Amino acid sequence: MPEQAHGTAGSPTLEIRDFLRRRREQIAQRWADEPLFRAVFTVSRDEAVEAGKAVVDALAQVADAERVEDPDAAGFTAVREQLARMAAARSRAGLSSAQVSAELAALRPPVENLLLEDLPDAPAEQVRACAGTLGVLMGTLRVVVTQTALSEGQALIDRQRLQLLEVATPVIKLWDGVVAVPLIGTLDSARSQVVMETLLESIVEQQARFAILDITGVPTVDSLVAQHLMKTVAAARLMGAECIVSGIRPAIAQTMVHLGLDLGNVVTRASLADALGYVLHELGVGIVTPGAKGAVTR
Amino acid sequence: MHTAAGSQARLPIRSDMDLVWVRQHVRQAAAQIGFGLVDQTKLVTAASELARNTLIYGGGGTMETEPLTDGGARGLRLTFADEGPGIADLEQALSDGFTSGEGLGLGLGGARRLVHEFAIDSAPGAGTMVRVTSWVGRPPRPREES
Repeated sequence: MPEQAHGTAGSPTLEIRDFLRRRREQIAQRWADEPLFRAVFTVSRDEAVEAGKAVVDALAQVADAERVEDPDAAGFTAVREQLARMAAARSRAGLSSAQVSAELAALRPPVENLLLEDLPDAPAEQVRACAGTLGVLMGTLRVVVTQTALSEGQALIDRQRLQLLEVATPVIKLWDGVVAVPLIGTLDSARSQVVMETLLESIVEQQARFAILDITGVPTVDSLVAQHLMKTVAAARLMGAECIVSGIRPAIAQTMVHLGLDLGNVVTRASLADALGYVLHELGVGIVTPGAKGAVTR
Repeated sequence: MHTAAGSQARLPIRSDMDLVWVRQHVRQAAAQIGFGLVDQTKLVTAASELARNTLIYGGGGTMETEPLTDGGARGLRLTFADEGPGIADLEQALSDGFTSGEGLGLGLGGARRLVHEFAIDSAPGAGTMVRVTSWVGRPPRPREES
């Protein structure tokens, strides 16, 4: 890359730095009209311009450190949070990550145009070098935003996973001394641990003699899931409660047979209603339909 | 989220979350190819067992899915590969109730009963490759032994 010069700055990187500082106001003004800024800062245009200036300053700082290719450059630190907020706002608005990336890419042409305006008489190679450097810098900015958005997403997923663990395992009292756990989703080791704990606690609390584990909402019952179920059943039994596994669909039943799974002496029923019927029968509770009383024998 | 279920794909198996992804992918692929609910469930369950073996015993690896056609028949082939310690005694590993870990020892043998074709290739120190294939509408294969 030619370092000789038309200007005084020297290398294209420093040239870009000076250009960013010189044109800070205009760049921010133009960005404020781009969808990325316009859609995020809806309250006032000034706000968008201020945000734009912050990004320009960051870019200038990165160029000053001659680290245009480095997404971890210190200069980005100041704007990282702001960029993440902007990207998050756009994805909340329903844009795919590709669309957000395209909006980021759209920030480049306005700056490039300004740069070309500033170099009307410069030799072609210098223009090329400067435009190239600017391109790299803007590309790095995109990487920074994507990185930030990804790590935000990962943190969110981890949080939600923990929340799901808690939420998805309610223990329901069906009758005096009868509790039920409707299991929904994947029954991995972490989930089944939570299920076991909440079930055992509620067996004590409700003084339950029967506990129904309903697996209607578990899509796949493989050997590990079966093992978790049997452990839970065994633990409940130790606490003096009989466990019934319900919600075994035909496809699951056939699969379990082929797999060689044997739930042993665990009582199983096709549906939760069947399980409740079994339990009530065991408890000696009968259900009488009100209409039946008035029914006359013919 | 959706996967490119109908086409050839390679999925990583590195964590528990990947197992969920593997099951969903196989279920979608099987449904798209035309497997009935029972056969989908069987194939997904076999995939779940094999993927877990890949993760736990193989230390992680990959699953490849490949839709097949043979004359008029349509099928799905799943290949699980890892670069783990491998299996010294295949006979023993395939027998029900044997486990070198803490499971029930049904995974490998059970998965074999859930699919139409089953091939395993492994040697100590050379990793393990398990390839299973199922065909749409074909009755479960008769049990050869026991």
